[in-house]
Amino acid sequence: MGAAASVCVGSEPSSPAQIWHALFTPSGTTMDVTIRELRWPRTLTGIAAGICLGVAGTLTQGHTRNAVADPGLLGINQGAALAIVAVTAVAGQQLPLVQAVLAFAGALLASVLVFLIGTASRHGQTPVTLVLAGAAVTALCTGLVTGIVLLNAAALDTLRFWQVGSLAVRNDALPAVWPFLLAGLLLALLNIPALNTLALGEDTATSLGTSLLRARCAGIAAITLLAGTAVTLAGPIAFAGLLVPHLARALVGADYRWLVPASAVLGAALLLLADTAGRVIARPGELSVGVVLAVIGAPFFVILARRRKLVTV
Amino acid sequence: MTELPLPGRLRAESLTLGYDGRDIISGLTLSVPDAKVTAVIGPNGCGKSTLLRGLGRLLPPRSGRVTLDGEPLAKLSTRHIATQLSVLPQTPSAPSGLTVADLVSRGRHPRQKWYQQFSGADQAVVAEALAATDLLDLADHPVEELSGGQRQRAWISMTLAQEAGILLLDEPTTYLDLAHQVEVLELVRGLNRRHGRTVVMVLHDISLAARYSDHMVAMKAGRIVAQGTPAEVVTPDLLQEVFGLAAQVVPEPTEGRPHVIPLGAGLRV
Repeated sequence: MGAAASVCVGSEPSSPAQIWHALFTPSGTTMDVTIRELRWPRTLTGIAAGICLGVAGTLTQGHTRNAVADPGLLGINQGAALAIVAVTAVAGQQLPLVQAVLAFAGALLASVLVFLIGTASRHGQTPVTLVLAGAAVTALCTGLVTGIVLLNAAALDTLRFWQVGSLAVRNDALPAVWPFLLAGLLLALLNIPALNTLALGEDTATSLGTSLLRARCAGIAAITLLAGTAVTLAGPIAFAGLLVPHLARALVGADYRWLVPASAVLGAALLLLADTAGRVIARPGELSVGVVLAVIGAPFFVILARRRKLVTV
Repeated sequence: MTELPLPGRLRAESLTLGYDGRDIISGLTLSVPDAKVTAVIGPNGCGKSTLLRGLGRLLPPRSGRVTLDGEPLAKLSTRHIATQLSVLPQTPSAPSGLTVADLVSRGRHPRQKWYQQFSGADQAVVAEALAATDLLDLADHPVEELSGGQRQRAWISMTLAQEAGILLLDEPTTYLDLAHQVEVLELVRGLNRRHGRTVVMVLHDISLAARYSDHMVAMKAGRIVAQGTPAEVVTPDLLQEVFGLAAQVVPEPTEGRPHVIPLGAGLRV
């Protein structure tokens, strides 16, 4: 598995470059510049954002024990985007680091809000109440982002990025946010044993010595850091966080010691593939990766859901 | 009979438990007999599952306390408790694709550190737990493909791998046919006889409970009405008082344990 994973990751950054080479320019010099100044940072950004989305998705599904949960569906991505858009609309374009902090604040606020609403129901937190709360918060945040973007006609193009997610715009953010990415991944790794017990239900997890409070806090912190990083890098990309955990489970089974690394690898691979596809399909322009993922991902997910009974997590 | 104090590692002292502002159990005191199988019986909603959750620290007390070796559970780390006591909830569920061996391995969680995952010793304990529950042949099968009885055996096997001396089982025979119920109860009694495990289990079937336990606790409306040996507890008077059931109690032919013959609940049809 480790070997297959490394092959997968290794092949992705190079194949889009080769495709690009073959399709567009046999002329060397511009190609060099294109690759060095645009393609390479964009690929790195895609890998980083993909890792974040994949791992955040797996953690979200693990903590909610819900096969249709992902940071996007739970309002976390949109919350992060809203925080950035709102501040940008009022105070102008921010530095990547400031955007990252805003993204984390928004993501944290949204996740806490969703968990609070989801838990406030009389029967406690069930997967259904959680998803409903997530849908409500997502709708609210999406509506507010759209409203702000439409009211700022001048800044439409920069802000539009925060509506669907793209790898094309924010390639300069990675140097500022990588520590958050590492912190999120570290927390995710530390969360793995607890996730493996939580998969057996909260009562069994407690019986096996997992402190629910500590495990949940670490999990929410990791999800917030990873989802916030992903949004800062690439905007609110839907579907990756939902799709990747299912692919990972189909590949490596139900053990989070394998699921988390596999989600990181598959997340990066999926995002790069979708981004490349978006550039090839709409040439000479491009479709942003968020649109491609929705268009390709949705039917794929339907097939997945129909082929095998939607799995219990 | 009710007040008979038995020394035990696990005790409930003036325990009050409840959900949503309603007390289910109030002021209950119980000492779980060590190295014995204790069965808790009582009508639906009498609080027997709630008591088990309280004993297993899945539900924190409103007042009173549960002690393990004299220490209140609230003062002990949940991981330390997990090395001494294991709780199996009613109808637990495993994620798709999880194999029996994976499930049983997770019983090792309280004894593992994040920097030191699965060791050879862990592997040996898991193999032993699988053997004790007769699941070695099914180790690589997904849990969801097992029969009800096999699945329950797999979960019990996980608690065995936990190597905790005290085992709390919440209705381990729910949804099982009679043969599978007996299969699970035989296993539970074997764990007690061969491995010296202390077992507390909530059961619905009084005759099966009497057959497979050493000590019985009868509950009604959140209180303990009677406890003692099966012969002491399972009497026509008690069945009338606790369940409102007119019944005869006869000795069953193998070991002479009390067997309940229901006469009817007094309904005219």
